[in-house]
Amino acid sequence: MENRNLDKSGSEPPTILKASHVNKFFLEPVKFQVLKDISFAVKKGEFLSIVGKSGCGKSTLLYILSTMDTAYEGTLEMNGRSLTGLSQNELAAFRNEHMGFVFQFHFLLPEFTALQNVMLPGLKLGKYSAKQVEERAYEKLRMVDMHEHALKPSMKLSGGQQQRVAIARALINDPTIVMGDEPTGNLDKTNSDMVFDIFRDISHNNGQTIITVTHDQDFAAGGDRIIEMSDGHIISHGYENQV
Amino acid sequence: MKLKITYNIAQTHLLTKKKQTLVAMLGVTFGIAMFIVMISFMQGVNQFLEDSALDASPHVRMYKQITSDRPSLIETLNPNGFNVIHHQKPKQELAKIKSGMIIARHIEQQPEVLGVSPQVSTQVFFNTGAVPIPGTLAGVDVVREEKLYRLSQRMKSGTIEDLRSNANGVILGRLLARKLNLKTGDKVNVTSSTGGTALLRVVGVFSFGIQTVDDARGYVNTAKVQELIQKDANYITDLHIKMKDPLKAIEFGKELSRQYNYKVEDWATANQAILAGEQIRGVMTFVISFTLLVVAGFGIYNIMNMNVMNKIKDIAILKATGFDGRDIVAIFMIQSAIIGLLGAVLGVVIGFSLSYLLSITPFTAGDFLAIDTFPVMFNPMHYGLGVLFGVVTTLLAGYFPSRKAARIDPVEILRG
Repeated sequence: MENRNLDKSGSEPPTILKASHVNKFFLEPVKFQVLKDISFAVKKGEFLSIVGKSGCGKSTLLYILSTMDTAYEGTLEMNGRSLTGLSQNELAAFRNEHMGFVFQFHFLLPEFTALQNVMLPGLKLGKYSAKQVEERAYEKLRMVDMHEHALKPSMKLSGGQQQRVAIARALINDPTIVMGDEPTGNLDKTNSDMVFDIFRDISHNNGQTIITVTHDQDFAAGGDRIIEMSDGHIISHGYENQV
Repeated sequence: MKLKITYNIAQTHLLTKKKQTLVAMLGVTFGIAMFIVMISFMQGVNQFLEDSALDASPHVRMYKQITSDRPSLIETLNPNGFNVIHHQKPKQELAKIKSGMIIARHIEQQPEVLGVSPQVSTQVFFNTGAVPIPGTLAGVDVVREEKLYRLSQRMKSGTIEDLRSNANGVILGRLLARKLNLKTGDKVNVTSSTGGTALLRVVGVFSFGIQTVDDARGYVNTAKVQELIQKDANYITDLHIKMKDPLKAIEFGKELSRQYNYKVEDWATANQAILAGEQIRGVMTFVISFTLLVVAGFGIYNIMNMNVMNKIKDIAILKATGFDGRDIVAIFMIQSAIIGLLGAVLGVVIGFSLSYLLSITPFTAGDFLAIDTFPVMFNPMHYGLGVLFGVVTTLLAGYFPSRKAARIDPVEILRG
C-alpha cells in the first residue's frame, strides 16, 4: 500500500503542528479535567479527523489548536513557532494569516454579500490590494461552485450554499491549516460529499493541512488519519491504519 | 489596523439598520437643537437687558450722598472713649458737588472717557389736577446729554433743539406724559421740594424703553432747575460719565472715588439685579443643556449596547478570522462617531432654524421694555460647542459597549 503521507517530492513532509502535554480544566460548575495529557503531531498536507463520543473533549481540543482558547496547560507549536503565551492580538494576527475555520454553523455576516464575506479576512491581512482580494475571492467561490451567487446577500442563500461560502472564506488567505468543527453537521449527503471533495483536493494538491472534528464516519474514513479520543485521552493516533 | 475595512464594516452596519441609526441620531439632534435655541435665547436676553441698562444709565455716576453714616463729632474727638449716640441726623449740608463743572472738565480730558454730563436734579411735583404727581426733573446740558445718551434718537415727538431754544421747556418721559395727560405744546406747573415753583412748556416726549425712566423723568435746562431750587449757576448734583469701553467703568469708578470725596457708583452696582439675573440664567442654561445631553448619551449607550448584543455572533466570527480587539472597538466607535457627528450637525441646523424663527416672532413686553421680537444671539461659538458636546457624549456613550464587544470570547459564542 503506498504511503499516502509522502508529499509530492517523495520526502517526508514536515511537522506543521505539535501539541505537547496539553491539559485543560473546566471550572464551572465543578472543577473537571476535560483534556488529560494530550500530545500529538500533525504533518503538513495531512487530512486529519478527530473522532470520539460526545463529551470526550475533541471540540475543546480543536479550539485550543485554533488559538482562540488560551486557557490551557502545556505547549502548542505551529510551523516551529510556539503559540503558547502569545497575546490575543498576536494570535489574532496569526490566525488571520495561517488559519481558516469552518464551523457547523456558517456564521456568515448577514449584512454582507457572499463575495464580501469571503473578502473580509483577505482585506484584513492586507497582503494583496482590494482588487486582487476580490479576484482571489471569486477564485475561491469558483472552487466551491458558488461564483454565480457571489453578489447575493448571504442571508438569501440556502444552508448548503452558505456553508460552501464559509469554506471559501476559510480559504481566502491560503491558510496553512484549515480547521473544521463538524463542518458537515448541518448538511445533507450531497453537500457533505462536496465539502469532503474540496478538503481532499486542497490537502492533496495544495499541501494545506486539514484538521476536523466530526461525527461523520464516512467523512473521517476518507481522510488520511483518524485520531480517536475518549474521556479526555487520545486512545488511538491512527497510525495503525497506515503502512 | 486597517481603517478602511473597519470603516466599511461600521458603515454597512449603520446602513442596514437605518431606522435604528436614525433613532440614535435623533437623541443627539434633539439635545443639541434645544441647547442651541436655549443658549441663543438666554444670551440674547442677557445681551439685550445689559444693552438697555447700559444705554440708559451712566457708566459711572458721581454724586453727593447725604447719609447719616458719617463718623460723629464725638467719635472724632474722643476715639478711645465709650460713646453712645442716638438718632444721628443727616447734617445740614448741600447736595452740591463743589467745583462740579471744573471736576467735569477734568474728567472729560481723560483718554478713556467718552463724555461727561453734569446734571442737577431735583424731586418735583407736577400739578395738573387735584392730586400732585411726583417725578424727577433732570437739569442737563442738552449737547452733552446727547453725546452720552443719544437723546435725539429717543424722542417720540419734538426735538432736543426745542429744549435748547426754550428756557422753560421740558421733555417728558412717555409714560409720565401719559400719566399727566400732557402733549407737546401743553403747559404744566411744577413745585420743587424746597417750595419753588415754575411753569414749564412741554416741548417734546422721549422714551428709553425702560419703565423706571419713562415714568418719572423730565429733562429741563440746567438753569431752570437751579432756579427752581434757588441755587446758583455752579450748583451741580451729579456727574454722569460714559466710557469708551464700558468694561473699564468699574475700575475707573474706583479711581475716581479715591481722587474725589464723593460717592461714585458704577453701572454694575446700579444694575445688580440685571447682572444677578444674567448669572442665574447662565446657570440654568448650563444645567438644562447638560441634562439634555446626558439623557441623549444614555440613549446612545443603550442603542450601542443592543447593537453589540445583536452582533455577538458576527464579532465572534470576525475574531475567529483574525480581527483583533482593536478592530472590534474601532468598528463600534466609528459607528458611534458617525451617529454623533451626523446627529450633532443636524441638531445645529435645526437649532439655527428654530432660533431664527424665534428671532422673528413678535414679542411685546408692554411698557416695560422696548422690544419687538424675541432677542436671540447668533454666536458661532455656541454652534461649535454644540457639535463638540454632541460628538464627545456619543463617543463616551459608545466606548463602553465597544470595549465589551472587544472582550467577547469567540469560543463561547462559536461553540454555542
